[in-house]
Amino acid sequence: MDEATTRRWLERRLEMWQQTGSDVQRLEQGGSVSPEVALRTIRAYPEIARDLALARRVVPGGRATRRLEAIYAGLHRALMRDPVASRLHIVDFLARDLPAAVDSLKRHILWTSALFVACCVAGWWAVASYPELIGLFAAEEMIETVHAGELWTDGLLNVMPSSLLAVGIFTNNIVVAMTAMCLGVFYGLGTIYVISLNGLMLGGIFAFTARHDLAWRLFDFVCAHGFVELSAICIAGAVGVSVGEALARPGNSTRSAAFQSAVRSGGQVILACVVFLIGAGIIEGYVSPNPNFSTASRLAIGLGYWGCFVVVLSGRAIRLRRSAARTQIRR
Amino acid sequence: MEDRLIVPSFTGVDVELDIAGPGGRSYAFVIDWHLRALLAIAWWIAGSFLYQGAIHFLAPDDSQSTGFAFVVIIPASAIYFLYHPVLEIAMRGRTPGKRMAGVRVVKHDGTTPDAGALLIRNVFRLVDSLPGFYVVGLTTTLLTERALRIGDMAAGTVLVYEESPGALTLGDSSTNASAAIGNEKTEIARDLLDRWDHLAPTARKQLAGRILGSDAATASPSSTDRELRAQIEALLK
Repeated sequence: MDEATTRRWLERRLEMWQQTGSDVQRLEQGGSVSPEVALRTIRAYPEIARDLALARRVVPGGRATRRLEAIYAGLHRALMRDPVASRLHIVDFLARDLPAAVDSLKRHILWTSALFVACCVAGWWAVASYPELIGLFAAEEMIETVHAGELWTDGLLNVMPSSLLAVGIFTNNIVVAMTAMCLGVFYGLGTIYVISLNGLMLGGIFAFTARHDLAWRLFDFVCAHGFVELSAICIAGAVGVSVGEALARPGNSTRSAAFQSAVRSGGQVILACVVFLIGAGIIEGYVSPNPNFSTASRLAIGLGYWGCFVVVLSGRAIRLRRSAARTQIRR
Repeated sequence: MEDRLIVPSFTGVDVELDIAGPGGRSYAFVIDWHLRALLAIAWWIAGSFLYQGAIHFLAPDDSQSTGFAFVVIIPASAIYFLYHPVLEIAMRGRTPGKRMAGVRVVKHDGTTPDAGALLIRNVFRLVDSLPGFYVVGLTTTLLTERALRIGDMAAGTVLVYEESPGALTLGDSSTNASAAIGNEKTEIARDLLDRWDHLAPTARKQLAGRILGSDAATASPSSTDRELRAQIEALLK
């Protein structure tokens, strides 16, 4: 085929390319398209591929070729994309993906929690034995308040309203959880640092308040939100450690594939944790500093919320709903 | 460093995408940074004006601090910090800055990343931005084959250049022009006309001279820009 003939042929295709180009733009903008447009786009894919192959040969790097490359890439993106998430996807996520991801992290959760508890004990021991070390874990103002026989959480609502407190707290906790996950890229060492530091701080502060007979009051403040908050931080740490392990010991996959898989799987767990951390922040803003809540009610809220957390992460929430639905159908 | 992302397709014709290097990335990021900063500042000013009837950068007194935080500070912070994840998801791998820089985020198979991948990509900015000014991210884009930052490695994404398929045309050139001067020269001539206003006069003259073949431009130094352009347009007709 000589150049002029090829060109004439390509020019005859111009209308079809323009049509496909505008179809691709519509598809890329999202929203629904008519079945005709969808079918026309599917049919256009191999046709554009053929035209592009010819254009690459006849006018390599030419303007028409570049535009065809763009249309072809757009068609590829539009046709090969993942299905749009629907309500069913969310149910699948809660019933299958999330529990599977948590299950694959069991070992890491166990070890990270053990590290956190060990650091709590170490922090307690360090401050109980050498009280001056509290300066490493707590701000000067906080130490002064405890020396005066009060907790820094007393009268918190006089300083800041619950709503603002809740937003500040859950934002901070979400950032800590995400940092714990992301720092896993340093072969897990960054995550181990974050978890250890949090454990040492918690243990140290409890030991310090215990020296002033305020530990029970601190527990009273923490118990409504703390179970979920600390569990979520430990789980985020477990995700970070699993990311670090994937980089250090990728197994049969390539390092890059193992890293992506660990982040993808762990990211699902972090997403669930973020939702629960928002709830924990709201509890910490509205319930924890409010003196009208008794210890029993705080414990009930804390343990109840933690129970929900465990039920959702284990996938039992959906399984319970499904078995209830089956029972109703049998009746 | 690889220049192109080549994705096999069942049609037998590979999808070829140009990979954006550190330059293209930084260009898009700088535009986005200015946009999100300007939007956040604009919200801060507008929000504070709407809330208090005057522009304040902080709440004037404690009684108004909660309302000021919810109307001004929190939305402005949200605009600044959630700009990338929200817009990348809404615009399917692009942001206004990426659009202006002509780049977009795709998966390694050339498709649009899902919301999960885009969220992961953005969460890892926490590491990429360490210890400041994106030093980690910029270093990894310089060292990796596909110019990836850690967020891209985690999400399985890559930044590529894209050309808008909107203005597709073979131009006003006829098949006679192709037959006379060849496809390649026809394409170059049309490219030159497209870029005419963006080129320096000397560069225009040189390129026009090469296309016109007989060194018309150099042979007649008195030829004006307009005349050269007219000669090339005539060649394409």
